[in-house]
Amino acid sequence: MAGPRNISVSEASRPVLPRHAKLKYDETRKVWVILAPERVLAPDEIAVEVLQLCNGERNVGDVADQLAAKYAAPREAILADVIAMLQDLADKGFLTEIREKTS
Amino acid sequence: MSDVTIPPSDSLAVLEKQRSTAETFGIPLAVLLEITHRCPLQCPYCSNPVELDRSAKELTTGEWKKVLSELAEIGVLQVHFSGGEPTARKDLVELVKHASDAGLYTNLITSAVLLTREKLGDLADAGLCHVQISFQGIEEGLADRVAGYKGGHRKKLEVAKWTRELDLPLTVNAVMHRQNLHQLPDIIQMALDLDADRLEVANVQYYGWALKNRAALMPTVAQLDECTRLVEEARERLKGRLTIDYVVPDYYALRPKKCMGGWGRQFFNISPAGKVLPCHAAESITGLAFESVRSNHSIAWIWQNSEAFNRYRGTGWMKEPCKSCEFREIDFGGCRCQAFALTGDAANTDPACALSPLHETIFKQAEREAEGETNRFLYRNFAGGTLESENDA
Repeated sequence: MAGPRNISVSEASRPVLPRHAKLKYDETRKVWVILAPERVLAPDEIAVEVLQLCNGERNVGDVADQLAAKYAAPREAILADVIAMLQDLADKGFLTEIREKTS
Repeated sequence: MSDVTIPPSDSLAVLEKQRSTAETFGIPLAVLLEITHRCPLQCPYCSNPVELDRSAKELTTGEWKKVLSELAEIGVLQVHFSGGEPTARKDLVELVKHASDAGLYTNLITSAVLLTREKLGDLADAGLCHVQISFQGIEEGLADRVAGYKGGHRKKLEVAKWTRELDLPLTVNAVMHRQNLHQLPDIIQMALDLDADRLEVANVQYYGWALKNRAALMPTVAQLDECTRLVEEARERLKGRLTIDYVVPDYYALRPKKCMGGWGRQFFNISPAGKVLPCHAAESITGLAFESVRSNHSIAWIWQNSEAFNRYRGTGWMKEPCKSCEFREIDFGGCRCQAFALTGDAANTDPACALSPLHETIFKQAEREAEGETNRFLYRNFAGGTLESENDA
């Protein structure tokens, strides 16, 4: 079955694009796109970078660490932006997350 | 992040770069492939033309593969395998595999009744990205009657379950009309129970077969208001859980819909026989000649240069009241097929528009039909339609 619904993105989440949402570079239009059922999303550069880091292993905190280091920017501000962007994607149904086995 | 969608009756979404599309008519992001008109169902609102393509005219496996490669090459990103019933073609798995290998995102738009668990598994292995299953109602009595196919509803529920077991995303497509709108709350619940990601609540659009069945299908204004209320309530309640796309019947609107996002601007489809069309109903407009993928023109050339695509592109073809209308680039005069079907001239204003001299008459007629008791269907088939038995209606 697919990932859980109603995801609430937090620093500890380990988000990943679900099988039906594909991040792809569109060679014809020279833009990144996310292909999803009946929709094409146009992520901005930062969103693309975040999504490329979201491999289901890193958590959101790790992603913020990497971006903060790369851009020498305040981690808290980056973390807030990353969470907002991923939550927007989750609300549209284009994000799933890997959860720890609890059993 | 921006995402753009157009009504599901138009069966695709596009990324329309503001302004640039109008100037360049860039290649659409998604293309509808009607790979066959054969279908075991007989839905009276079928979006296929009344004149169906016989199987002998269908493109061969090799021809469809060539089309798929060409589409990927010119920048199309998504293809919808539709029909008719696409699973009626024995080569569907092969075509999906070919599309996936070419880098295309693949959707299957199906009635589901011909699928086996094994076949669906093969499609998933071939790279299929998404499955859309049509439902005609909430229970088999009404649903099977609308589809003209016994046992169909039960099979659809089963295939929907397999779809999710195979971890494929599922869209439930519910075509709504007077005789099933009362089931909408249960249809929304059914979509949730089936673990669908998306629900299309698509009110019938009245061309072709549906126009022939208008008296049996047209909802009342009260039904439609209730439908809109239910959809809005469900969208709010199910945010993040179920995406709901909604299409209203334009007869009751004051402004026409921007059909196909405007003729030849964002959409084309390919018919079973290989015609490249600005809309799946376009062949109903007599006097327009459509180029085929079997011609010696490329698909990109047909899109850019063919007479049929350019005839109603932009605003130059318009007559009054469209010509001087402030909304002419908002709705592009509505639907050309509807204008042709109801007025005899595709260049007239779509009568769905309140500015059309025919709007009042047609609105009144729809209202009268909605209040009528004519529930008998004319079922869709290759013989030009079969009237439902009086006892069943």
